[in-house]
Amino acid sequence: MSKEWPLWEVFIRARNGLSHKHVGSVHAADSRMALENARDTYTRRLEGVSLWVVPSSQIVASDPGEAAALFEPAEDKIYRHPTFYTVPDHIKHI
Amino acid sequence: MYTTELNTSASGRQAPVAVDPVEDAVRLSAFEARVAADDFIEPKDWMPETYRRTLVRQISQHAHSEVVGMLPEGNWITRAPSLRRKAILLAKVQDEGGHGLYLYAAAETLGVSRDEMTEALHAGRAKYSTIFNYPTLTWADIGAIGWLVDGAAIMNQVPLQRCSYGPYARAMVRVCKEESFHQRQGYEIMMALMAGTPAQKRMAQDALDRWWWPAVMMFGPPDDNSPNSAQSMRWRIKRETNDELRQKFVDVTVPQAEAIGLKVPDPDLHWNAARGGHDFGPVDWEEFYAVVRGEGPVAKERMQARVAAWEEGAWVRDAALAHAAKRSQRAAA
Repeated sequence: MSKEWPLWEVFIRARNGLSHKHVGSVHAADSRMALENARDTYTRRLEGVSLWVVPSSQIVASDPGEAAALFEPAEDKIYRHPTFYTVPDHIKHI
Repeated sequence: MYTTELNTSASGRQAPVAVDPVEDAVRLSAFEARVAADDFIEPKDWMPETYRRTLVRQISQHAHSEVVGMLPEGNWITRAPSLRRKAILLAKVQDEGGHGLYLYAAAETLGVSRDEMTEALHAGRAKYSTIFNYPTLTWADIGAIGWLVDGAAIMNQVPLQRCSYGPYARAMVRVCKEESFHQRQGYEIMMALMAGTPAQKRMAQDALDRWWWPAVMMFGPPDDNSPNSAQSMRWRIKRETNDELRQKFVDVTVPQAEAIGLKVPDPDLHWNAARGGHDFGPVDWEEFYAVVRGEGPVAKERMQARVAAWEEGAWVRDAALAHAAKRSQRAAA
């Protein structure tokens, strides 16, 4: 049986002014074909103005098992949010 | 389009892995709590092996249905009655290919490869929706498929946008956005025929007569004979039962038929005011199970077409890889 084409992750910029957003993946032999397949698969209805394709093997992801260690400390630091601070009502523009 | 959620004895890919039963019980209860709270499960999250296997089966069979579903409609692209209809049908069939790709990609996040899924389909271990094993005999069948088959698909897929597995839910969002054009173009074909000559009207009625019951069967076996339903509902990989979806489909479709002068081929069909729904006649489940077993009128033809496309395309896939390897070698030199 033939070897499977590598997997690529697809990112689309919906319109200028917005960042690229992950939409899914495609198989392709090379980067050009990955762009063409992404175009045919994910932008049949004006979904975007720009495409990125990245080999899936190149994506490094955080481990869900470490989510607590990575993200929970942020919950202790509520002083990072403006609502932590009390300012009298008559003080304006702050 | 849509696949009924079908179990096959050979669908398990691998023997269950050995796990620490205590640790597993803790993880399982945490998993179930998340799902019950309508949280989404993402690819790298821990999940019970049965959840993973059920999803691989359900998503891959859904994908196969999209791809095999291109065949009955592709049959009419060259014979569409106008350039407008041809362009529409081409776009619809291309969408079905796209839907297959979204779904294969979602299934691949569960650790099954595209080739493994293709191989399971071709070897007959994986199923696809029974509806595609019926032939498309006339142009009106293209109308009936869009209206009824895509209509039934929407009925099934809308709740799946809230399914617990993130990649599947996201694929369903994309599919649902595109699917309503499919249904409307089908109904428009039926409307045009029903506004036409007596022969065109007969053709539309004949298509409804042949597609009605297979469409009603698309929602799968009745709830009391749907062994996986309870578990799938609890895990939120199915949000409404087969019979609930079937009833909804009948209730919305019957007035659409009547509005253009079509008669639904069911002598027992009538509005039941007491319960606010249509009562309808018994479904021929023997026919359904026969088609599931591969005895549908064009089942062999469908698989031969898929296998031929795969085998005759092998050299193209190999050549593309060889070309990419050669180019990257040259770039490195």
